[in-house]
Amino acid sequence: MPDSTVAIKGVNDGLLITLDPVEEWGLVTAELATHIDEKGAFFNGAEVTLEVGTRPVRKDELTSVKALLERRGMTLFAVSSDSDTTLESAIALDLRVRANSSPPSGAAYEPDALLSFNSEEDGLAGVMIRRTMRSGRSVRSQGHVVIYGDVNAGAEILAAGDVIVWGKLRGNVYAGADGDETAVVCALDMQPTQLRIAGYIAISPPEKRRKPKPEVALIRNDRIVVEDWDG
Amino acid sequence: MGANGGAAAKPQPPRKSATGAKVITVTSGKGGVGKTTTTANIGVALARLDQRVVLIDADLGLRNLDIIMGLENRIVYDLVDVVEGRCKLRQAMIKHKQLPELYLIPAAQTRDKTAVSPADMIKMADQMRPEFDFILIDCPAGIERGFRNAVAPADEVLIVTNPEVSAVRDADRIIGLLEAEGKKTPHLILNRVKTEMIRKGEMLSPEDVTDILAIKLIGIVPEDENVVSSSNSGMPLAFLDGSRAGTAYRNIARRLMGENVPFMQLDDNSGFLKRIQRLFGGQTG
Ligand SMILES: Nc1ncnc2c1ncn2[C@@H]1O[C@H](COP(=O)(O)OP(=O)(O)O)[C@@H](O)[C@H]1O
Ligand SMILES: [Mg+2]
Repeated sequence: MPDSTVAIKGVNDGLLITLDPVEEWGLVTAELATHIDEKGAFFNGAEVTLEVGTRPVRKDELTSVKALLERRGMTLFAVSSDSDTTLESAIALDLRVRANSSPPSGAAYEPDALLSFNSEEDGLAGVMIRRTMRSGRSVRSQGHVVIYGDVNAGAEILAAGDVIVWGKLRGNVYAGADGDETAVVCALDMQPTQLRIAGYIAISPPEKRRKPKPEVALIRNDRIVVEDWDG
Repeated sequence: MGANGGAAAKPQPPRKSATGAKVITVTSGKGGVGKTTTTANIGVALARLDQRVVLIDADLGLRNLDIIMGLENRIVYDLVDVVEGRCKLRQAMIKHKQLPELYLIPAAQTRDKTAVSPADMIKMADQMRPEFDFILIDCPAGIERGFRNAVAPADEVLIVTNPEVSAVRDADRIIGLLEAEGKKTPHLILNRVKTEMIRKGEMLSPEDVTDILAIKLIGIVPEDENVVSSSNSGMPLAFLDGSRAGTAYRNIARRLMGENVPFMQLDDNSGFLKRIQRLFGGQTG
């Protein structure tokens, strides 16, 4: 970010606002307000993901940024950070959180940087999570999401691309969140609370004792269908 | 550890323990599932096993561990008085009537919840560690400041839940938050289990619950109306021998001390019992 402490950029489903992680907080938030106000009503109605890098942001500080955005007709939707303090504050305010450990901030949305291995095949970058996602946790990705673990009821996944769950899927899942109707959701045991692909929504039939099997959900003939996954 | 059967209070200099106290926080997410009851009963059970125990009521504003312990009328100072320097830690520690090695630090009743920070709790626990075997912290419901205060000093966390979908959901949320903080995997106490209802398929079984939460059980406590009457009289059930819930709590205490205690027979349905033993014995994840 060249000599500005605030960067605002449009991402598919809203705005990504990156705040300098070290500059004095008061200055950064003041600059944020100025930036937004300069654009008049341009950002009105936007959903904001706030990226604060390593900065520990207290709950009261986060509350005031949230209010600052709300006064300008915007909603703080998610917070992305390397700091546990910040993530806790976000959780306390019931915001979505994204721990930032894998792609370093700034390069977060540069798929090329992640795919720079000498690969024969093209592909889309994604997020890999190697643990069970428990209630209240969420992941959002501009690419695909892979969970090596379960997705418990109350957890939430949102991906512009596909969602692969190598485990039980019980929570909410949204694939093709930017409208990609070719997106798929796969799970070893498919029983999501709610499943969305692009503009379609499905819910699981009431649970009967059944044998778990790998399945894939996709859009076919204008509705979501779930099929056995047999390679 | 020398046996010390009598409950007669005798003044003695504090023993130094070799390793220091283990700090255990009892939490749940959801309110009313039995955190306070569990803290009181495990505390009493440990003290009856000659352990030196401090109970801390971290539920600021809604204190009730003192009532269940029958110590309400002895409160002079509380947790916030200690943190704000109005008294020494020792002055806020209320000694139990019958069990001379059991103390309670009560919560403040009416003060600001932000009066205590996680760092305060860590400092307080560290101050007590050398002189005790167990420090048990009763956590408030919720996932906010009070929760973070209560888990900050914990070496081990016990999650109390009921066999109900909403309670289990909240327990799952709490486990996720503890994971995010890098805490050791907690243990599970399933409270208010009604075998009759499980057999009829009307209540989640211990197996259903561990299947969702994927953490190890350290106790199953049956629904027992004696819990209510004993709490009302300020004498936690674990004082008395004979009741089922009391025995369950005592077994948890012994497991916390490292003993391998087999699981109580919840009923004579051997299939059910076998499944439970498997849950305790092997890895459940
Ligand atoms: N095993 C049990 N059997 C019957 N009643 C119980 C049992 N455990 C707890 N209770 C009752 O449930 C209520 C809530 O318990 P409490 O320990 O205060 O929960 P919490 O501290 O989690 O809010 C109390 O009335 C208590 O007596
Ligand atoms: Mg309580």
